[in-house]
Amino acid sequence: MSFFGLFRKQASAPTARDRLQVLLAHERASVGESDLVARLREEILAVIAKHVKVDGEKVKVKMDRGDQVSTLEIDVEIPLKARVGAT
Amino acid sequence: MGKVVVVTSGKGGVGKTTSAAALGAALAQRKEKTVVVDFDVGLRNLDLVMGAERRVVYDLVNVIQGDAKLPQALIRDKRLDTLYLLPASQTRDKDNLTAQGVAQVIGALKRNFDWVICDSPAGIERGATLAMRHADIAVVVTNPEVSSVRDSDRIIGLIDAKTVKAERGESIDKHLLLTRYDPNRAERGDMLKVEDVLEILSIPLLGIVPESMDVLRASNLGTPVTLADSQSAPAQAYLQAARRLAGEDVPISVPGEKRSLLGKLFGWRAA
Repeated sequence: MSFFGLFRKQASAPTARDRLQVLLAHERASVGESDLVARLREEILAVIAKHVKVDGEKVKVKMDRGDQVSTLEIDVEIPLKARVGAT
Repeated sequence: MGKVVVVTSGKGGVGKTTSAAALGAALAQRKEKTVVVDFDVGLRNLDLVMGAERRVVYDLVNVIQGDAKLPQALIRDKRLDTLYLLPASQTRDKDNLTAQGVAQVIGALKRNFDWVICDSPAGIERGATLAMRHADIAVVVTNPEVSSVRDSDRIIGLIDAKTVKAERGESIDKHLLLTRYDPNRAERGDMLKVEDVLEILSIPLLGIVPESMDVLRASNLGTPVTLADSQSAPAQAYLQAARRLAGEDVPISVPGEKRSLLGKLFGWRAA
């Protein structure tokens, strides 16, 4: 640091870089997210449908994105006597 | 068949039109037949930047709607006979651009030119997506500033999703053109550095255009930067970028660091 450096304001570019990196990591993930949830919903529905008869409308897939962990919530409503091929 | 290049950014005011005109002129200066197409329907400005504002008779919308033939709407540059302009309409709005019409016009231009440069409007709406739709190469114009970098990231996502090439599963060449760069401010730590922007956006660099009075001067005169003064720093940057676009291997130079005498004496830099 030079003598004159003492009187300068602190550099702002590193802050800009760090803020952008955090923000864009978040935004890139959320743009792909709606697509991901739609795909997950379809595949989960297909797996369940192999074993039990379910109404496509009664399967809910929800993604919550947190700072450290994200949660995937799957809510399936299965009617009584819905097993496929059950005797 | 010519190559289609979209000059895009998401954010407005970063230098898309200046860059489209300068790159178009630089390619034409290489004797390659080039047309620059203005997609900013309702807010056209490419004609003004290229000094052809008083020569516009027909425009892109007229051609798409069948009111004029494509050759009638093309304006040949007075300085370079390999450079053409297809202006946007000033009186209609962007709803007059149809996907099919744009496809036909771009198809016809590709058959007749070596380069078709599409100057995109700002934003991520219809005008911008139609401008990038048929691109082989995307030039993402970015300022070393947070809002511009964020919008460029968004536009890169759109290029990878909404272009014909991307939909076919082919990869599209994307290049970063960093404009209004001030090496002194970057060195002091008050502006994002080239490396910072490259690391964040992770697409290859096409060129670095320094902040310069010559850019405003060229637009005042209605002359593409590379024609106004080919020796100026921004002109050199655009000429080099055009050579890279044409496939030449030209090393990237950071525009000259011109520190003040005082700065040199005291080693003035950021803490």
